[in-house]
Amino acid sequence: METRNITLEVLRYRPEEDDKPFFQTYENIPCDPDWVVLDALNYVKDEMDRSLSFRWSCHMFVCGSCGMVVDGEPKLSCKAFLKDYGDKIRVEPLANFPIERDLVVVIDDFVEKLESVKPYLIPKEEKTVDQGEYLQTPTQLKTFKQYSMCINCLLCYSICPQYGLADEFVGPAALALAHRYNADSRDVGRKAREDVVASHDGIWECSFVGACSQVCPKDVDPAGAIQQTKITSAIDYVTSFIPGVKS
Amino acid sequence: MEVMNTDIAIVGAGGAGLRAAIAVAEADPKINVLLISKVYPMRSHTCAAEGGAAGVIKENDSLDYHFHDTVGGGDWLTDQDAVELFINEIPKELTQMEHWGCPWSREETGHVAVRPFGGMKIMRTWFAADKTGFHMLHTLFQTTLKYPSIKRVDEHYATDLIVDDGVVQGVVCLEMRTGELKLVKAKSVIIASGGAGKIFPFTTNGAIKTGDGMAMAYRAGAALKDMEFVQYHPTGLPGSGILLTEGCRGEGGWLLNKDGYRYLQDYDLGEPTPEPVLKTMELGPRDRLSQAFWHEQQKGRTVQSKWGDVIHLDMRHLGEKKIDERLPLVRDLSRSYVGTDPVTDLVPVRPVVHYMMGGIHTDIAAATTIGGLFSAGECACVSINGANRLGSNSLGELLVFGAIAGRNAVEHIRSFKPASDSLIEKQGADAESRIKGLFKGKGTERVADLRNKLTQSMEDGCGIYRSEDLIKSTCDVVSEVRDRFKNIALEDKSAVFNTDLTQVLELGAMIEVSQTVAVSAIERKESRGAHQRLDYETRDDEKYLKHSMAYYNHNGDPRIDYLDVVITKSQPAARVYGAAAGGQKI
Repeated sequence: METRNITLEVLRYRPEEDDKPFFQTYENIPCDPDWVVLDALNYVKDEMDRSLSFRWSCHMFVCGSCGMVVDGEPKLSCKAFLKDYGDKIRVEPLANFPIERDLVVVIDDFVEKLESVKPYLIPKEEKTVDQGEYLQTPTQLKTFKQYSMCINCLLCYSICPQYGLADEFVGPAALALAHRYNADSRDVGRKAREDVVASHDGIWECSFVGACSQVCPKDVDPAGAIQQTKITSAIDYVTSFIPGVKS
Repeated sequence: MEVMNTDIAIVGAGGAGLRAAIAVAEADPKINVLLISKVYPMRSHTCAAEGGAAGVIKENDSLDYHFHDTVGGGDWLTDQDAVELFINEIPKELTQMEHWGCPWSREETGHVAVRPFGGMKIMRTWFAADKTGFHMLHTLFQTTLKYPSIKRVDEHYATDLIVDDGVVQGVVCLEMRTGELKLVKAKSVIIASGGAGKIFPFTTNGAIKTGDGMAMAYRAGAALKDMEFVQYHPTGLPGSGILLTEGCRGEGGWLLNKDGYRYLQDYDLGEPTPEPVLKTMELGPRDRLSQAFWHEQQKGRTVQSKWGDVIHLDMRHLGEKKIDERLPLVRDLSRSYVGTDPVTDLVPVRPVVHYMMGGIHTDIAAATTIGGLFSAGECACVSINGANRLGSNSLGELLVFGAIAGRNAVEHIRSFKPASDSLIEKQGADAESRIKGLFKGKGTERVADLRNKLTQSMEDGCGIYRSEDLIKSTCDVVSEVRDRFKNIALEDKSAVFNTDLTQVLELGAMIEVSQTVAVSAIERKESRGAHQRLDYETRDDEKYLKHSMAYYNHNGDPRIDYLDVVITKSQPAARVYGAAAGGQKI
């Protein structure tokens, strides 16, 4: 089999022994040219250094575990094909999160934010199973479908300048998820989500750089979701001053 | 060791575990549930299921059809009482998923749409484009957030069950962030930890699918049932093993050999027609399609590629619009991984290990033979899949039996009597010393070496076709690996997120599970469903219309016993595909 030797420069940090993160270089990694960066990391793990730690599972861009910064850009390492990189590749943990160890970051903050936006269907009236499904046309489905595609890989948090400045910001994926439910024809929970979504730390914190949408491996477009939420919230705000109008 | 208390501990937070947790919360919000998972819930492998979930809902369909498709598809090794329960419950479960927000694909009328799937006589597979498992998993995870009684410990690797006098008392788990072991005392435990495809080198399964829960229950005395039945999915991408959903063929894709010939017509699967016909040709069952590939390979009619032998999946005639609407992930994966666009190119595919029909033996209440221990999902064997699972029955299974496990776990705690603290803590300490021993040990065997040797031997001896001598050498290799594992090297001695340690523990589980597969396979001297023997070519109902039951033996091969199959209304018969199967034309 044809092989291609590459070098990985990996940011290491083992809290029990390292004062601060440092780059470790792994040279002459024999790679199949079809491989992704994750495969090269697994080669290192299996054959060169058992102590290197990173998360991964599905290897097919859907579990969202293996987000890393590859040559300066947040990527799923299972979707970062070696053919798109030079012979020396720099791999770092996602930015804007504390490093737990090596390429593993602490994502507690994100998980709390995801939970805070009430990301579940709040229907107008509870139907029993015997009453059958809620009807929803393909057009109604399309309104929110894109925003339901988020795999929580956190590339968007890694690139978001606002989250980097102020980690109170609810952030792209969680706001996109709130919008996914708000835009669902079966849902009436927008008001219940507003205290988080439309708070100071919610949509209004977004400075609309749009980098989140560019790095998203699933084309979720969190920036678009945030803009749409801003519009509906602004309309709510204005109509709240008009007597007799309930938004 | 830190002690945590809960009412019900659930090991695994994929589809089955999450569904079980919700069932508990809905049964009684005062009952505490603790989800223990080695990954965050949304990383669970349910997310990789693509095609859909079968459930009878349309007027042209009937529960009886789904029953017979499933029983025949499983080559009569299914328990028919379990199948009947399953097909009755699944439409309700799928509707419940809709109520929780699952974005099912729809018809213009607003009703849920269904698509054709292999081995099913009528279109009945609910789907969310080709990301059904992903949407189900996220819907379930997000729905659990509504219930304050559901707590989680994410990234905690369960190592041992605590069992006293045949009744489960809790679970020991390793907090990956700190390396600390925790003793979780629980009144009921549900294992929903998924399958074990990683015991093979070429699999659609994610890295996490190492059979941990199966091995944990097995070591605690539960039987692993029908482990020799391993499903090869006919269409994986070569090289990576990434799954291309059966939906590709459901939507009308063809399988072509090197001559561009739809070769399935040579294997008792009916005549080719331009439009798909259910239970015919490409919409036959997975075992038969994967076996046909093997025969084409023997005849030299597969395509030689840089990844080895492949066949071609032709979806070009479906058109870009349909592919983008129904199979967007398939297009993305094909372009990225093999550089072919299904809109314009033939996509190379080959059979790939996908699913374990076998698992922890349970009855139709999802109860194992250990008191208070329940199991559901791929790690369990109830058995609705028999010798060959039909595509789109597993997502339904994890909902139906996840919910049943949850409800019955609630029932169990009402009569639960705890063992003494000292007894529980003694077992916890034993588990701890086993793990700590790895840190003190001076082992020399490398994880990657043993893993490679194990998985390659599983492919060699327990692949699509098997024979006595092939399986025997696999059994020998597995025994050797099991022996050498006692001298495993833990090279990384640190505490925080030590994936060398978790990989050692996973390898230990893989070895136990592999041994049950190989030994069950050598003992089953017949061909049935996914278990095909070159030396015993036919099904032998007289001797083997039985479930194999593997019991743990610390010092050697598992003990294999047999359990009668439950037959209610369908007597074993020949499996019929093609025109005589009467499948719906699409």
